Amino acid sequence: MIFDLAHPSQLMQAFGPDLLLMAGAMVLMLWAAWRPESNEHQRAVGMASLVLIAATMALCFWYSMRGLSSTQGIIAVDNFRWAVDIICLLGAAGAIALGMEYNAREHILPAESHVLVLFATSGMMVLAAARDLMIVFLGIELMSVAIYVLAGLNRRSAKSAEGSLKYFLLGAFATGFLLYGIALVYGATGSTSLVEISRRTAGQALLLNPMMLVGTGLLVIGFGFKIAAAPFHMWAPDVYEGAPTPITAFMATAVKAAAFATFLRVWVEAMPGMGAAWLGPIWWLAVAAMFIGNVVALSQRNLKRLLAYSSIAHSGYLLVAVAEGTTRGATAFLFYLVAYTLASFGAFAVVIMVGREGDANNDLVDYEGLWHVRPALALAMGVFMLSLMGFPVFGGVGFFGKWYLLTAAINAPRPLIVLAVVLVMTSVVSAGYYLNVIRLMFMKARPDGAPVPERAGGLTRSVVFIAAAAVLILGIVPGRLINWSRDSVPRTQQMEAAAANAVH
Amino acid sequence: MQPNQFHSLVYEFAFYFFGLTAIASAIAFVTRKSPVAAAMWLVNVMFCLAGLYVMLDAQFIATMQVLVYTGAIMVVFLFVIMLLNLGHPSDLADARGKWGYIMALFVGLALLAEVMVLNRSNAIERLIPPDLAAKAAAAAAAPLAGGIIGPVAAPLFKEYLLAFELTSVLLLAAIVGAVVLGKRRTNAR
Repeated sequence: MIFDLAHPSQLMQAFGPDLLLMAGAMVLMLWAAWRPESNEHQRAVGMASLVLIAATMALCFWYSMRGLSSTQGIIAVDNFRWAVDIICLLGAAGAIALGMEYNAREHILPAESHVLVLFATSGMMVLAAARDLMIVFLGIELMSVAIYVLAGLNRRSAKSAEGSLKYFLLGAFATGFLLYGIALVYGATGSTSLVEISRRTAGQALLLNPMMLVGTGLLVIGFGFKIAAAPFHMWAPDVYEGAPTPITAFMATAVKAAAFATFLRVWVEAMPGMGAAWLGPIWWLAVAAMFIGNVVALSQRNLKRLLAYSSIAHSGYLLVAVAEGTTRGATAFLFYLVAYTLASFGAFAVVIMVGREGDANNDLVDYEGLWHVRPALALAMGVFMLSLMGFPVFGGVGFFGKWYLLTAAINAPRPLIVLAVVLVMTSVVSAGYYLNVIRLMFMKARPDGAPVPERAGGLTRSVVFIAAAAVLILGIVPGRLINWSRDSVPRTQQMEAAAANAVH
Repeated sequence: MQPNQFHSLVYEFAFYFFGLTAIASAIAFVTRKSPVAAAMWLVNVMFCLAGLYVMLDAQFIATMQVLVYTGAIMVVFLFVIMLLNLGHPSDLADARGKWGYIMALFVGLALLAEVMVLNRSNAIERLIPPDLAAKAAAAAAAPLAGGIIGPVAAPLFKEYLLAFELTSVLLLAAIVGAVVLGKRRTNAR
C-alpha cells in the first residue's frame, strides 16, 4: 500500500505507531498525575507504559511486514524507520523496566518519570520518520526536552542536578547551531524537505555555495552534539554520571540511536551531492571520537564515566559507517546499533545491580572479586564488556558488528582505509579498560568488608539476562539480523528510481 | 490640502513617531540599571514595533507581536527577574573595566559596519540561487488570497499540519517536565 501523504487521513495512518505512543503517553500522563506519589503508583504506571511500548512495537512490526511505502512527503514510510523505531522502543522498554525498581531504591517517586520516557521515545520515533528538516528539529527537541528533565530526576543528588543543567544549557546551545544550519540550508535550497534538498544539491550543484557550506557545517555540529561525538562530547561524562542509571542507559542507547538515524538519513537522502563537503568533517569527528573516547576511558575510576567515554568511542565507530554514506555502510550501521544497544544496556543494568542506594558503589573498586560473590552477574558483565570490545565468540554479536563496520569501510566506493586502521587500533586500546573490568571481577579477591550486592528485583535481573542471552545468541546466528539490517537501509532518490525500474 | 497628501503626512508622522520612540526606548532599555525598568522599556519597544508592522499592512504579525512578545514573553521575563531577586546591578554588568568597554565599542562598531556594507552591496542576494530568488519575488508580487492571515493559516493547517501538531506535543512534554522538576515533594524522606 502506498500512502498519499498529501491527504490528512492517510498521513495519519502513515504516522500510526507514533500516534499510538503519543496518545497513550497522554492518557498515562493523566493517570500518573491523578493519584498522590507512591511507589505502588509509580510501579503501576511503569507497567502500563511497558504494555503501551509492547503494543507500539507490535504495530511497528505489523507496519514493517505490510511492505508499506508513501509518496514523497514530510515523513518517510520505509523499513529504516521501523528498524530505528524498534531499537528505540527496546531501549525505552529497558529504561522503564530498570527504572521501576531503581526509582523505588532511590526514592524517586514521581510516576511521570515513565511518561517522560514515553514522550522522549515518541520524539525518537518522529526523528526516525522525519523527511523534512522541520520535523527533524521538532523530533530532536521533543526527545531532548524530556531527557533534560529525566537527567535531573534525582533531586536528592547534586550530581544529577548538575548533569541536568549542563545538558540543558549545552543542549540549548547546540540546538541553536542545528536551527541556524537548517535556516541556511533552507536559504540555499528553498526547501526543508530532504527530497527537495537532494534534488537541488544533486550533481554537486551547490557544492561551492557558501551559504550551503556553512549550513552543512552547522548541521554537523548540531548532530555531533546530540550523538556525543568528540569534540562535542564534553557534556556526556558528567550527564551520564549524574543521571539516574536507567536514564543513562536510555541516553547511551536509544537517544544516540535516534540521533544517529536522523543524521544518517539527512546525509544519505538529502545531501549525496554535498558528499565532498561533509565527508571531511565527519572523517575527523570519527577519528577524534574514537581516539578521545578510548584513551580517556583508560583513566576512569567510575564505571558510569567509563561507560560514558566508551559510548563516545562507539559514536566514533558508528560515524565510520555514516562517513561511507553507502547502503553497505547503513547495513553495518544498523547491525552495529543493535549490538551496541544490547551490550550497553546490559552493562548499565549490571551497574544498577552492583550499585547501592544513593547511586553509590559505582567505582571500579566495587567490582573487585565480584565473581566470588555473584558469579552470574560477573559472567554477564564479562559478556557485555567483551561485546563492547568486539571480542570474537564470547563477545557475541559485538564482534560481528565491528567486523561489518570494517568490511563496509574497506569496500566502500571511496575506501576509508585510514579510518578502518584507526578503528582497529583504538579497539585495541579499548581492551585496556574493558579487560581491566574483567580482570578486577575474576582475578582479584573480594576485599574484606566489601558489601555483597543486594539481590535486585525481577525486572532488573531479566533485563540483564535478556541482554546477555541476546548478545550471545545473535553472536552465534547473526544471519537474520544481517538480513533485517540489509532490508532496512534508507534509500536515496537514485536508489528508489533504480528499484522502480527493476520492478517494471 | 488633498486627502492623499494628508494621508501620507499622517503616515509619515506615525512612522517617525513609532520609529523614534522605538529607538529611544531601546536605548533606555540597555542603559537602565534596574532590571524591571529595563524590561518595561523593552515592552515599549515591542509596542512601537507592532505599530510599525501595522503600517506595513502586516496586522497579523503586529497582533502576534503584542500577544506573544509583550504579553507572554515579557511577563515571564519579569517573573524571572522577581523570582531570582538579582543582586546589585553593577555586579551584573557584562562589560567590566576599561578593556571591557573598549571591546564592546569595537564589536559594536564592527557589527554596524557589517550592516552598512551588506546593505550597500548585494552580497546576500548573490548567495541565493537565482531561480529561487525569482520564485520568491514572484510570490511576493502575487496578490494575497484569503486576506492577511490566509497565507499564514493555509500552510499552517495544510502543509505543516504535522509540524504544528508535533509542536503542541513538544510543549506538553516541556510542561510535564517543568511540573515534575518543580513540584514540591510531599512524602520525601
